[in-house]
Amino acid sequence: MQDQANTETGATPSWEPRIVAFFCNWCTYTAADLAGVSRMRYAPNVRVIRVMCTGRVDPQFVLDAFAKGADGVLIGGCHPGDCHYIEGNYKALRRVEFLRRVLDDLGIEPERLRLEWISASEGDRVRVAVNGLTETVRALGPLDLRARHTKADLEVHVGVEPHMNLEVAAHA
Amino acid sequence: MSERNGSVRIGVYVCHCGFNIASVIDVEAVAQASLALPGVVVARDYKYMCSEPGQTLIENDIREHRLNRIVVAACSPLLHEETFRSAAARAGINRFRVQMVNVREHGAWVHEDSAAATEKANDLVRAAVARVHFHKELDPKRVPINSNVLVVGAGIAGIHAAITVANSGKRVYLVEREPTIGGNMAKYDKTFPTLDCAACILTPKMNAVRSHPNITMWTYSEVAEVEGYVGNYKVKVRRKPRYIKEDLCVGCLHCVDACVFKDPRFPDDFNMGMDKRKPIYLPFAQATPKVVVIDPEACIQLKTGKCKQACAAACERGGVSFDMTEEIKEIEVGSIIVATGFAPFDATQAPEYGYGVYPNVYTTMEIERLVNASGPTGGHVVMRDGTTPKSIGVIYCVGSRDERHNRWCSRVCCMTALKLSHLLKEHTNAEVYNFYIDMRAAGKGYEEFYQRILNERVHFIRGKVAEVCDWALDPSEEGKLVIRVEDTLTGFVRRVPVDMVVLAIGLEPRADAQEVRRIMNMSCSTEGFFLEKHPKLAPAPTYTDGVFIAGCCQGPKDIPDTVMQSGYAAAEAMALADIGYFEIEPNTASVIEEDCSGCRSCVDLCAYHAITFNEVKRKAEINPVLCKGCGVCVASCPSGSIRQDLFEDEEIFGEIEGILARV
Repeated sequence: MQDQANTETGATPSWEPRIVAFFCNWCTYTAADLAGVSRMRYAPNVRVIRVMCTGRVDPQFVLDAFAKGADGVLIGGCHPGDCHYIEGNYKALRRVEFLRRVLDDLGIEPERLRLEWISASEGDRVRVAVNGLTETVRALGPLDLRARHTKADLEVHVGVEPHMNLEVAAHA
Repeated sequence: MSERNGSVRIGVYVCHCGFNIASVIDVEAVAQASLALPGVVVARDYKYMCSEPGQTLIENDIREHRLNRIVVAACSPLLHEETFRSAAARAGINRFRVQMVNVREHGAWVHEDSAAATEKANDLVRAAVARVHFHKELDPKRVPINSNVLVVGAGIAGIHAAITVANSGKRVYLVEREPTIGGNMAKYDKTFPTLDCAACILTPKMNAVRSHPNITMWTYSEVAEVEGYVGNYKVKVRRKPRYIKEDLCVGCLHCVDACVFKDPRFPDDFNMGMDKRKPIYLPFAQATPKVVVIDPEACIQLKTGKCKQACAAACERGGVSFDMTEEIKEIEVGSIIVATGFAPFDATQAPEYGYGVYPNVYTTMEIERLVNASGPTGGHVVMRDGTTPKSIGVIYCVGSRDERHNRWCSRVCCMTALKLSHLLKEHTNAEVYNFYIDMRAAGKGYEEFYQRILNERVHFIRGKVAEVCDWALDPSEEGKLVIRVEDTLTGFVRRVPVDMVVLAIGLEPRADAQEVRRIMNMSCSTEGFFLEKHPKLAPAPTYTDGVFIAGCCQGPKDIPDTVMQSGYAAAEAMALADIGYFEIEPNTASVIEEDCSGCRSCVDLCAYHAITFNEVKRKAEINPVLCKGCGVCVASCPSGSIRQDLFEDEEIFGEIEGILARV
């Protein structure tokens, strides 16, 4: 299944997952700093964007990241009940649930988006989360949204014009 | 001024941080690559960007190349953002046109693959360059500072901080959970390495607190709620009912004598449960305030309502009040010093040492009381079986430096154990055996104290004790506690029979540390102690502005270090109060009125009630004073008509694009 996905999307052995992360300033960003200070080692695939609160993470940021070539998106915030801004992380939780459905509809595996609660003391959880998502995404293969949408467009095209057979559509 | 032609002129600065960054990331290549990015006029790498010459380099470039935006790839912005913002401001750029790229904590320190780490640094610099294009000129927001200070916890840390702040003329509220101030230090007999009596140095300070005109002392009270922000905290303090009118009680103890319980029969916490007290009691002779308290769990009147209330009758001032209820005090303070202390390690968690199983196994906290003249035995070292020990084994590192319990060194137990070895020897003339892993005597006069004890005919055996048991292998071990240990200096296993075992227990975060952390909006470090802003340069401030930590709630430390840290926390609180204002990040949100559709979906989302709906204009409005800058409303506005300074949509989209622009 994964092999098939890789062949379909043209994954090459040199391909490395690209992951955009949104970490809240108070908990997860600080935890990532702690991971650094503790010299933990984790996959170099993640690029962190600092926001004050996961509540600031507009669903559009996530969609935009996928559209621009991210293979995975990681959102890291304070544990439930611990939000520096009282309840911003709950907003993030709801948006992520909603986004997962949207991603599914768009043909993007929802597992490519991950939300993690990581407090300032949990440097090791940053390592685990980054490595975990990197491996998940590596197994899923490159997102390659353009190829997927071309394929989806073709399917839609077939649906609209029932008289056309698949072969014709494929050549179109 | 520098933007006459509307042109963006960016300087990119990549720091080597000595070898910290440069040993993994090709800093030169990162600087060079950034020159190709739009808007970048100059790019440099330098050994220590945060140093004076590094900052001067940036400042000179700003003037020479008419830069109007700065990107610094170095350590975490939580560490040095302020440094580079100030440098930029000195050279005439708005301080908020600086963006930092974290290539140390998030780069060189977590990745080994040099090529991948360099590529990551390139991506992040590209993101910052893309972001900084959109940075606006902003003014820092100033908030006024209320000069009152709240100190939570009245052990030696809280007491010292409270007195220091109060001496500067500020009003201090000192809140202590126990019926008396004094904390753990009040229980100690003597202090190392000088062996002066703890009570003799602490009680004058306790009295100073009590009589200080600027200190409001609330014992038997807890902080229930903290609202607000730096300079403007609204605090609710829950005053538990002590069933004694504090202003009427003179500490004569007639009520205690009169109590229907003729004999004390409830465990006395102050004496570590080794003594008994009555339901109405004074925690200890020097308790401050010298006001008795009634234990509702023990008092017949409070439990059943059917007592003849002899205590109330005995009080000629009418100080006993059984219908007292909890009281909530509301105060406003500018800053908070948290000094809630530690919890001693629970020795039953290390069952191999037999604490709680063998009555003659004690903890160091218990020995402190046992050797104390005002302790349960009047300072005579008498064991639970009524005998005086002829041989004593002191086991170090109980609960500390142990992967099964706590990994950290509790720092004070070696010295405490040495001190108690000396005192036990002095009191009993017993043979004292110390079982230690490493002797840690770092501190002024500490090593000298160790040397002194070494010459006091006290035995030292280097090795971690395997177990304490009562299984005698030969008649000499009959009726004794046998300490089994590998003597690592001689290389064989010893069995040492002793009468008494003393466990040098470590220091832990208090059980309710997480709750306190939430109330104060702080963070904890991995082991559960409160997290300081910087382990070296800001060990008392926290990430929450206006909240400071002092003493063992931040990590194990001895009394001198505790006093130093609480003085430092006090100085920080006083500095805030004296300057009278605090500059906060101008990251508030605002509504773009012409785009707002008036849907009101943002109004209920704001946790701070900063958003109101203007019924006349049919638009949402954000009160910048109440806005904390979380950005929840920005992300949720369906029409995209709320924006946030420093976290504009374009800025974040710019970062995303920058990160992913690599082909």
